[in-house]
Amino acid sequence: MAHAEAAAHGGEHEETSTGLNHRKLLMWAFLGSDCMFFGSLIATYVVYFGRSKVGPFPEDVFSIPTTSVSTFVLLMSSMSMVLAYAALNRGSIKGFRIWIASTAIMGMTFLAFQVFEFTDFANHEVHLDCVEIRTNEAAIEELTDYEKTFVDECVEGVDEFEEQHGLTPRTNLFGTTFFTLTGFHGAHVTLGVIWLLSLLFFSFTRGGVTPARSLDVDLAALYWHFVDVVWIVIFTVVYLFGVFPGI
Amino acid sequence: MTTLAIPLPKRPAHPTGVLAWLTTIDHKKIGILYGVTAFVLFITGGLEALYMRFQLAQPGQDFVSPEVFNQLFTMHATTMIFLGVMPLGAAFFNFVIPLQIGARDVAFPRLNAFSYWTFLAGAILLKLSWFLGGAPNAGWFGYAPITGSDFNPGHGIDYWAVSLQVLGIASLAAAFNFIVTIVNMRAPGMSLMRMPLFTWMTLVTSFLLVLAFPVITVALIELMFDRFFGMNFFSIGAGANPLLWQHLFWIFGHPEVYILILPAMGIVSEIIPTFSRKPLFGYPVVVLSGVIIGFMGWMVWSHHMFTVGLGPVANSVFALTTMAIAVPTGVKIFNWIGTMWNGSIDLRTPMLFAIGFVFLFIIGGLSGVMHSSAASDAQQQDTYFIVAHIHYVLFGGSIMAIAAGAYYWFPKMTGRLMDERMGKLNFWLVFMGMNISFFPMHFLGLDGMPRRIHSYDSAMGWDLWNLVSSAGAVVLAAGILVTIINMVRSAKQGEKAGADPWDGRTLEWSIPSPPPEYNFEQIPTVHGKDAFWMQKRQRVSTVPVAGASGDSHDIHLPQPSYWPLIASIGLLIGAYGLVYSATWTGIIVGAVGLATTVVSVYAWSFEPVNEPVEGAAGH
Ligand SMILES: [Cu+2]
Repeated sequence: MAHAEAAAHGGEHEETSTGLNHRKLLMWAFLGSDCMFFGSLIATYVVYFGRSKVGPFPEDVFSIPTTSVSTFVLLMSSMSMVLAYAALNRGSIKGFRIWIASTAIMGMTFLAFQVFEFTDFANHEVHLDCVEIRTNEAAIEELTDYEKTFVDECVEGVDEFEEQHGLTPRTNLFGTTFFTLTGFHGAHVTLGVIWLLSLLFFSFTRGGVTPARSLDVDLAALYWHFVDVVWIVIFTVVYLFGVFPGI
Repeated sequence: MTTLAIPLPKRPAHPTGVLAWLTTIDHKKIGILYGVTAFVLFITGGLEALYMRFQLAQPGQDFVSPEVFNQLFTMHATTMIFLGVMPLGAAFFNFVIPLQIGARDVAFPRLNAFSYWTFLAGAILLKLSWFLGGAPNAGWFGYAPITGSDFNPGHGIDYWAVSLQVLGIASLAAAFNFIVTIVNMRAPGMSLMRMPLFTWMTLVTSFLLVLAFPVITVALIELMFDRFFGMNFFSIGAGANPLLWQHLFWIFGHPEVYILILPAMGIVSEIIPTFSRKPLFGYPVVVLSGVIIGFMGWMVWSHHMFTVGLGPVANSVFALTTMAIAVPTGVKIFNWIGTMWNGSIDLRTPMLFAIGFVFLFIIGGLSGVMHSSAASDAQQQDTYFIVAHIHYVLFGGSIMAIAAGAYYWFPKMTGRLMDERMGKLNFWLVFMGMNISFFPMHFLGLDGMPRRIHSYDSAMGWDLWNLVSSAGAVVLAAGILVTIINMVRSAKQGEKAGADPWDGRTLEWSIPSPPPEYNFEQIPTVHGKDAFWMQKRQRVSTVPVAGASGDSHDIHLPQPSYWPLIASIGLLIGAYGLVYSATWTGIIVGAVGLATTVVSVYAWSFEPVNEPVEGAAGH
C-alpha cells in the first residue's frame, strides 16, 4: 500500500520511518514555520516600541483587566480542547461534542473581546478633568505622556476637555505594529474556530469523527494550543510590557 | 464520508494527453514540469541579462532607457533566484528524492501538485508585470523606502511583492512535503547516516525554507500594508527605521543563499563519487558540514549591511561568523577533491560540469571571504566586485551543478542519454563564456564601477572589460543554446540509456529508465550507504530485478486530481486582484480568486485518495 494513501486517509496505522504520522509531522513543521512568522511580527513590534511620533501610546489605550479576562478565556479553551480529545479517546462522542463546542465558544468569546478592543481603541477619547488639574498639582503627574500634551487645552472656563484621538493602523508606528500583530493572531484564532466547528459538524455525520480517527482532532488541538501559546507571548510582550515598561 | 453538494467534474481516472499533465500527482511528472518551466523562465532571465550586457557593452549607449534598465536588473535577479535556480532545484527534489529513498511517491502527492501550480502562478504574475504597466524596479532586495508608494507609484512593486508571496506559498508547501517525505518515507534500513548526500542536502534546504520564508513573508506583508493601506512600517516621517527591512530581508536572504547552493552541493556529492568510482570521501564529515552550514547561515546576515553603520562591534561579530562559515564549505571542497584523488575518473559531461562547479565555486568562495572583512567590504559594497562574486557562486556554483544534475539524471527521466559530444561543447562554451563574462567584473569592481548603473563615461576607463564581459555573455548564451538543442534532440533520438548507465550508487539506478509509475515493485531493503552499489558488488539480494516478480496491479497509487490545479488558479486570480486592491474591481477579482481557492481546498480535503469504484465522482 502506498504511504501516501494511508496518509490522506488519516489512518494512524501506517508504517513510517520514525513511527510519527505524516500529517502530524507536517503539522509540527508548519508550527515551526509559524513560530518564525510570529517571531518576525513580534520583533517588528519590539523594534518600533517607543518610536511613535504621535499618540495614543500603549498606556493610553490598553486595559489590562479587560485583556486579562480574554486571555483567561483563551487559556481555558486550551483546557477544554484537552478534555474534548480525552473524551473522544474514551469513546464518548457526546462528551467530545460538548467540549469541542465549548472550546469553539471560548475562541469566539476571545474574538469578540478583540473586536470590542479594536473598536474601543479606534474611538479612543482623550478625557481631562480640568478642574482637578487646576486645583491639584499632583493630578498632572497621574496623566499619561500623551494626555499631558493636552493640558494646555484646559484654559479658563473649560471644566472638562474631551476630544476623540482614535488609534488606527495608520495613526502611528504603535498602531501599525499592534494591529498587524494582533490582527494576524486573531486570523489564526478565526481559522481555528472554523476548524473546531467543522469537527463538531462532522461528528454528526456517520464516521466523521471517531476514536479511530482521533488524529483529526489531535491536529486541531496541536494548532489550537500553539495559537494560545503565541497569545501568552503577545500578552506579555505587548500588553504587560506596554503598560509597565519597568518590569 | 461527506456528500458534496457541488456537481463535480468527473474525476480523471486514467487521463491521457494534456489532461494527464494538468491533473498529475506523480512526483516524476511534477519534477519534469518543474524542470521544463524553470528552464524556460531561466532563459527569460538570461535574455534580461543580455539586454543589460548590450547596453553596457560600450560607454554612453542608450539601447535601453534608465527606467527600463532598473526593471531589467530587478527582474533578472528575481527571476534567476526565485523562478530559475530554486525551482530547478525543486525539479530534482521531486524527481530524485522518492527514488533515492526507495519510496513510491512523496508524502502528500496532491500538495506537491499544488506546489508546482502555485509556483507557476507566481511566475506568471511576476512576468505579467512587464506587460501591465512596468516591471518592478527596486532591485531584487527591494530596499525600503524606495519601494514605498511615495517614491514608487505604479504597480511594479505590487506585482513583485504579491508574486513573491505566491511563490513563498509554493516553496513552503514543497518544503513541508519534502521534510515529511525524507524523515518518514525512507526504505527499511535507510538510517539517516545512510541517506544519499543529495537527499541530506534537500532535507537541510527544506528546513531552511520552512524557517526562512516566513521572515520574508512578514517583510512583504509590511511592505504591502504600507502600500495598500497607508500603514507606517517604512515611513520615515512616522519614525520608522528603514533598516528594519534590511534586517528582515537578509535574515531571510542569507539562508536563501544556502537554499540555492546546498542542493547544488548535494548534486555534486552524488556525481563525483559515481564518476570517480569511489565512495564519497568522508561521508559523515560532508553531511555534518552541510548541517553546520545550515545552522550558521542564520548568524551572518548583517554582512550584507557592513556599510549601513551598525557599529564596530556588530561589524566585527558578523565578519567573524562570515569567515567561520567558510570553514565547513572548505571542508566539503577538500572532500570532493579527496574523492577524486586516486579515483579512476571518467570525464563524461556530468563530471565535467561537477568539476567546473568545484573550480568556479572556489573562486566565488575566495572573493566571498574577501568581503567578509568589513573594512575591505566598505571598498567593494555596491560595486561590480560583488556582482562578480555572486555570479561565481550562483552561476559557477548553482547553475553548473544543476547542469551536471541535468546531464546525470536526464537518462533516468527520459530513458535516453544526452549526446556526449554536444555535451562537451556545451560544457566548454558555458565554462568559457561564464569566465569571460564574469571574471572581468572583478577588475571593474576594484576599479570602482558601481552596480546597477545604466551607463558610464568613456573617461572612467571601464570600456575594455565591459566589452569583454558582454562578449562573454554572448558565448554563454551560445552554450545555453547548445543545452537546449542537445536536450530536445536527445529526448527524441538519444542513445537508449538502460536502467543504470553510469554504474550508479544510489537506489534510483536500480529501477528502469524512465521509472514505472509506481517506481519500485517491491520496496527495497537498505544495508548501508550507496545501497545499489553494495547490492551490485556484494550480490545482497535486496531489490528484485524489475519485472521479474510481483504484480504491479496490486500497487494502488493515488489518483490524479483537479483540485490542486484549481486551487492554484484561484490563487493566481486572487493575487492579481490583490495588486489592484485599491479599486473595487480589484477587490471583487481578489475575492473571487480567494473563494475559488477556499472551495477547492475544501473539496480537495474531502476527496479520497482513491475512488472506491473506478470513475465514481464525488461520493
Ligand atoms: Cu549573505
